Amino acid sequence: MVPLDQYLLLSALLFGIGLAGVLTRRNGIIVLIGVELMLNAANLNFIAFWRHRADTGAADGLLFAMFAIGVAAAEVAVGLALIIALYRARRSVNLDEAKELKG
Amino acid sequence: MGLTFPLLATVTWLAALGAVALRRPVYAALSLVVALLGLAAIFLTLEAQFLGMVQILVYVGAVVVLVVFVIQFTRNDEVPLTGLAFRPVSLGVGIAVLVTGGLIACIAGTPEWAVKPPEGPPPGMRQIGEGLMGVYVPALEAMGVLLTVALIGAVLIAMRGRSTSLH
Amino acid sequence: MERIADIFWLVPVLPLLAAGILAVTRRPHRRRAATLAIGAMGAACCIALLGLGATLLHPEEPVVRNFTWMKFGTASLELGWVLDPLSAAMAAMVSFVGTLIFIFSVGYMAHDENFTRFFNFLALFGAAMLGLVIANNLLLLFICWELVGLASYLLIGFWYHKPSAANAAKKAFITTRIGDLGFLLGMVWLYAETGTLVFYDGGAGCLEAGGLDALAARGPGGLLAVPTLIALLLFCGAMGKSGQVPLHVWLPDAMEGPTPVSALIHAATMVAAGVFLMARVYPLLELGAPEGGSTTALTVITWVGAVTALFAALIATAQNDIKRILAYSTVSQLGYMFLGLGVGGVAVGMFHLLTHAFFKALLFLGSGSVIHGCHEEQDIRYMGGLRRKMPVTFVTYAVGMMALAGFPIFFSGFWSKDEILHAAHGWPVSAGPFWMGLLGAALTAFYMTRQMLYVFFGERRQRDAHGHEAHESPAVMTWPLLILAAFAIGLGFVGTPAWALAPEYLEGRHAHLAFGHLFSLEFIGLAFVSTLVVAAGVGAGWWLYGRRPLAPAEDVDALAHLSPEVHRVLGNRFYVDEFYAATVIRLNALLSRGCDLLDRWLWGGLTALVAYGFLGLAWVGKFFEDNAINRGFDLGCRRLDRGAGRAAGWQDGLVHNYLRALGVGFATLLLILTWGCQS
Repeated sequence: MVPLDQYLLLSALLFGIGLAGVLTRRNGIIVLIGVELMLNAANLNFIAFWRHRADTGAADGLLFAMFAIGVAAAEVAVGLALIIALYRARRSVNLDEAKELKG
Repeated sequence: MGLTFPLLATVTWLAALGAVALRRPVYAALSLVVALLGLAAIFLTLEAQFLGMVQILVYVGAVVVLVVFVIQFTRNDEVPLTGLAFRPVSLGVGIAVLVTGGLIACIAGTPEWAVKPPEGPPPGMRQIGEGLMGVYVPALEAMGVLLTVALIGAVLIAMRGRSTSLH
Repeated sequence: MERIADIFWLVPVLPLLAAGILAVTRRPHRRRAATLAIGAMGAACCIALLGLGATLLHPEEPVVRNFTWMKFGTASLELGWVLDPLSAAMAAMVSFVGTLIFIFSVGYMAHDENFTRFFNFLALFGAAMLGLVIANNLLLLFICWELVGLASYLLIGFWYHKPSAANAAKKAFITTRIGDLGFLLGMVWLYAETGTLVFYDGGAGCLEAGGLDALAARGPGGLLAVPTLIALLLFCGAMGKSGQVPLHVWLPDAMEGPTPVSALIHAATMVAAGVFLMARVYPLLELGAPEGGSTTALTVITWVGAVTALFAALIATAQNDIKRILAYSTVSQLGYMFLGLGVGGVAVGMFHLLTHAFFKALLFLGSGSVIHGCHEEQDIRYMGGLRRKMPVTFVTYAVGMMALAGFPIFFSGFWSKDEILHAAHGWPVSAGPFWMGLLGAALTAFYMTRQMLYVFFGERRQRDAHGHEAHESPAVMTWPLLILAAFAIGLGFVGTPAWALAPEYLEGRHAHLAFGHLFSLEFIGLAFVSTLVVAAGVGAGWWLYGRRPLAPAEDVDALAHLSPEVHRVLGNRFYVDEFYAATVIRLNALLSRGCDLLDRWLWGGLTALVAYGFLGLAWVGKFFEDNAINRGFDLGCRRLDRGAGRAAGWQDGLVHNYLRALGVGFATLLLILTWGCQS
């Protein structure tokens, strides 16, 4: 069997990729994809820890991951709606276009 | 057995890299599909079959389809579409590397985590069902409300965007 | 008797209710206002007459009703009313005369635009006066006493747009207030000594054995005995209210009010309140009197009364205002009442009060009728010859005049005045008051003759030839005159020595017929003397004014012909007002001046000094504030503003910058955690 730290390592790498995408890409859709990757990395952590727990009586980790997926779905729906709204207003999905929210 | 996980991990990671790095959003979305399928496979190796199926259904079946629709809807040909979309060394990448490095250092610095999973089958569908209908009922209900609100909110935001554009 | 005592409280309360309703009645409701006031007063009169009848049958013991007004600690303040001959007779007189005067006012005030308000005040006055009369408590009496004063103030100043009326109202109020101060002090002292202000309380009241014993036990305190001092303080109040020398100055000025007011308040009722008060507290006055002798308090009252009787009669001989003559006559007659009270007891003084109330009200209303008929003319020099123009007024006025002058046998004034003189003659202390009273009687006859001759005889003397002709007053005014005239004659027969119903009744005894008294040598002699005196007064008046009637109004007065100096002194009312102006008022003005100076320079200076000190401090504070605190604060604000502007620049609206910051924060957190994990 694969030890726990390898899963964690993969999770960390996935998280890093997602973060890099969020921080560097200007296309809103790609930013959302990055966010999804980060969420999946967290889910992987949940599952991995759940599987490697000493007592395996309950399904807590699984359920956490499931709720995270649900929240992610809601978040994607709202995020994409925002992107559509942005596109309608600016004819672009470039996040740098939307900078009215400044001090 | 020994090669399954490194293979899957490599594929998943590369696909994830493509998902954020490819210039064309459609390619990125397809690459994301691969990454998500890889992850689902990794879930299977962890004997979380149910979650793996959920992952495929929700992400690949719903989220990615949504993403593709939006990509089609917001198609913009003015952006050059080849090569990587970002300079490899930039502030964002630096921060990402820093975070990843921190995480890896943290994992590497914790020997307790280098454990094998316990013997015996993990909890199955029964436990999941009891959890959802038992302790986590409020969370489940809140999730339902959240999804409904998100649905309405998404529709409203999209509609309002149209009305403002009409003015 | 008991049952009537139960409802006797309605006597003052009915007019009070009427006054309350009238206070919120709108001005145009004249008929309703008059009906209400007269009705309330008439109803009160009926109850009072019932009380009179009951007490006539049982005059011996007062029936009282007391109730607790307020409690403090173990002590409590009781109020209540009393039904005894004194209160019943006064209540009957006040309400009866009051009702007649109310009716008369309907005619007299017919053209006044504040008709409703007038009746409101009249009703208030009636309520207060009746409350005063039936009070079984010095405190309640005092409250009503002050209410009467207030109503008097309002009514004297009823034509407040006339400065003289407004001033007269103030003068009346302030002058009586000087007396009231004594009253209040006496009342408080009495309470301190006896612990009660209730008159009759089953033996524990302050006029009964309980209170009197406590006072008598007090013994002499300082120069005078405590009971004497209390009595004299109470007498101060009576002096102010009843216009005795030296507090008489307000009463003639009070004639500025409408004539019905003069008749009601300044002839029949309110000014008699002082006499009534003295009659009420008479047990206090005669406390500790030796057998057949007099007390200090009674001696003082007698002398004040005698002096006033003579003094005011003298002034009245040289006045030209028809109402002022009557006013001084009232002062003089009030003096007689005090004289009678002092020398002869309650009955003597009160009997004269009752007879006087009727004929003086008659005279005042008659003068009101004359004034009304002559179109607001008040100067008797501009009247004359009115007996043909106003026959009813003339006849009734003549009755009143003869009653006042004390014409023998048929007029009430004769009997009541004779009784006073009779008592004064037998006074053991001094013969002075008797002679002063006799002289006063002669003067009374003289000045009333003069007035009659001026007003009703001779030729008509008008101020301007084209003025309106005088006319008789309407029936609503003449009927009260006729009724009062009947009483002015008839009331005397209840007080003759043969059947002294009224005096005996007022003393709380049953009267018995005894014609023997009528033919006693002393009575016949005294009656003869007084008749002679009256005849002399009338004769002198006729000799001076009747033989040669005043032809033009500006002619010199006959008395002035004889002795211009005396006439001038009398005409100027012995210069009492001027004397007050020169002494009391000037002293007051000087004192106020001194206070003003003290205030302005000493206290004002100190205040200004303190104020300037604080001003200087404030200025220093302002300087510090402006230059140190404000400037520093401004500087800080400006810095903050600039810094905030710079910080706001970071908020450039670019999502990625926000995310980067987020990432840096996350990385930092992670590093800290990692470092924490490894350690």
